[in-house]
Amino acid sequence: MLYREAGDFKTSYRDDGQTFPIRLDRWGYYAILAVAFLVVPLVIDSYWANAVLVPFLIYAIAAIGLNILTGYAGQVSLGTGGFMAVGAYAVYKLMIALPAVPIIIHILLAGAITAVVGVLFGLPSLRIKGFYLAVATLAAQFFLVWLFNKVPWFYNYSASGQINAPERTILGWAVTGPATTASAKYLICLVFAVVLAWVARNLTRGSVGRKWMAIRDMDIAAEIIGVNPLTAKLSAFAVSSFFVGIAGALLFAVYLGAAEATEAFGINKSFLVLFMIIIGGLGSIFGSFAGAAFLVLLPVFLKNLLVVQLGWPTDLAAHLELMIVGALIVFFLIVEPHGLARLWQLAKEKLRLWPFPH
Amino acid sequence: MTEELTPDGRRIGDVLMDLKNITLRFGGVTAIKDISFNIREGEIRAIIGPNGAGKSSMLNVISGFYVPQEGEIRFRGERRGPMRPYEVARLGIARTFQNIALFDGMSVLDNIMTGRLNMMKAPIWSQALWWGRAEREEVENREQVEKIIDFLEIQNIRKTPVGRLPYGLKKRVELARALAAEPKILLLDEPMAGMNVEEKEDMCRFILDVNDEFGTTIALIEHDMGVVMDLSDRVVVMDYGRKIGDGTPDEVRNNPEVISAYLGVAHE
Repeated sequence: MLYREAGDFKTSYRDDGQTFPIRLDRWGYYAILAVAFLVVPLVIDSYWANAVLVPFLIYAIAAIGLNILTGYAGQVSLGTGGFMAVGAYAVYKLMIALPAVPIIIHILLAGAITAVVGVLFGLPSLRIKGFYLAVATLAAQFFLVWLFNKVPWFYNYSASGQINAPERTILGWAVTGPATTASAKYLICLVFAVVLAWVARNLTRGSVGRKWMAIRDMDIAAEIIGVNPLTAKLSAFAVSSFFVGIAGALLFAVYLGAAEATEAFGINKSFLVLFMIIIGGLGSIFGSFAGAAFLVLLPVFLKNLLVVQLGWPTDLAAHLELMIVGALIVFFLIVEPHGLARLWQLAKEKLRLWPFPH
Repeated sequence: MTEELTPDGRRIGDVLMDLKNITLRFGGVTAIKDISFNIREGEIRAIIGPNGAGKSSMLNVISGFYVPQEGEIRFRGERRGPMRPYEVARLGIARTFQNIALFDGMSVLDNIMTGRLNMMKAPIWSQALWWGRAEREEVENREQVEKIIDFLEIQNIRKTPVGRLPYGLKKRVELARALAAEPKILLLDEPMAGMNVEEKEDMCRFILDVNDEFGTTIALIEHDMGVVMDLSDRVVVMDYGRKIGDGTPDEVRNNPEVISAYLGVAHE
């Protein structure tokens, strides 16, 4: 009875269509935002930023991007790592070429460039679906990483083959480069994550989102009611790649500072983000955050538990950690195939009646 | 201008869609052989025939799913070239399917809203920011959709995911989605297949009401002869891809060829 929607009436369609229709949800959401923006930056240290919060926010952006393509539009992609690399190398080239332009613009442009690349690699989706499309996007993954390793122009002919983020500031605060403070890193990622999540929510509740879901659920019927499959699928690839590109740009410029394509954006990244949305919940923005949190936080938590608390050797803990994460993934998929988002929804439905069973 | 009134006082207008000498082949099989008929504005036009007669193929030709090898289709007097199904939909031709084709992962409301996608033209940045045109369009179209929801009496399930609904309601939601597009012609492929008597009665009432209240032209395929004869203004009868009868229900009922196709011929 703590959590309920009874008595929460809507008198306009505008109110009825809002993101958090239940009052308690809305308050909770504002409270979380207030803590995230006002409290966390004051107390954050570099361990929390680098090990937990910054990667969580960046992967959440990537997971939202992939969720738009796979969860909402139904197009499976294994090219996420490759598209993140496009975002990273695009932002690198832009930072070097146009140092006077604000970094925010660079990051957005990197997203736009990734969107164009995503559309190109999305073209096969017009003919092929399912596993076959997954294999086709796998080609994007390998081709893009290969390209960034083989063509020296992309890494500005540096001897190591790495790209390094130069220092850039926003309002005098360094957000890239070695001088960046933990709270600056955290805040820029938080702003991008919140704004992009809001954009994703708007897109998926509007007409373009319905086109994507129509294509996902039954493409023939979608075409019969007037959805052009070409524009629907390619717009999903474009928007998804835009998000993934921004995640790649932030991962390189803000989080890593230096990157090399094979290591930072290999096939592992594609699978990691795919696992995030499968565990979090396909077709759910909340699920993208939940999945990212699960896969980013769990290893940190296990490491803390095993090494710091129990005093086990680091190598043993590292191996065990992999096994436990793997087992938990299997466990979650068996218990709740629709992911953490669905578990959360079920919990809310139970809470609505609590403490009564019916 | 040819205008007639039906016995119950509805207005039947000009020819809205004219099909001339349509022939459709799949490899060596001829599914439709040289069929011509027309659909007039405001009428309920039925296509009947035994299994495999080519009724569904005919509907698929009209909705642009199949492109006939021969013949021409005129819609509102203009010749219609080969088109993709979504282009046909944008002309104002909506349909339902024999085996329900709803979007299972979406709510009833969202499913019906997809019927209005062609009226929602807000640019993507407006949708991304939920600002201006996107929000306005959403509310305007929601109002229209709510009228259809009221009309078909599905208010109580508007937020339910379609996958959870029973069969009869799914059929009704599919009709709602087609209606949401405000079609000029509504094609119904066996709207009463697999329904019990009450559900059939409901569906008949909805079809008549749609025709009466919105003036929507309806072309339907149905196996239940009682339903067809009661509902339709004119009936096309097909057998083995040919047209063997065309006229009012009474004319068709007394056509010897139709009787032999349905009942068989007495051998002496």
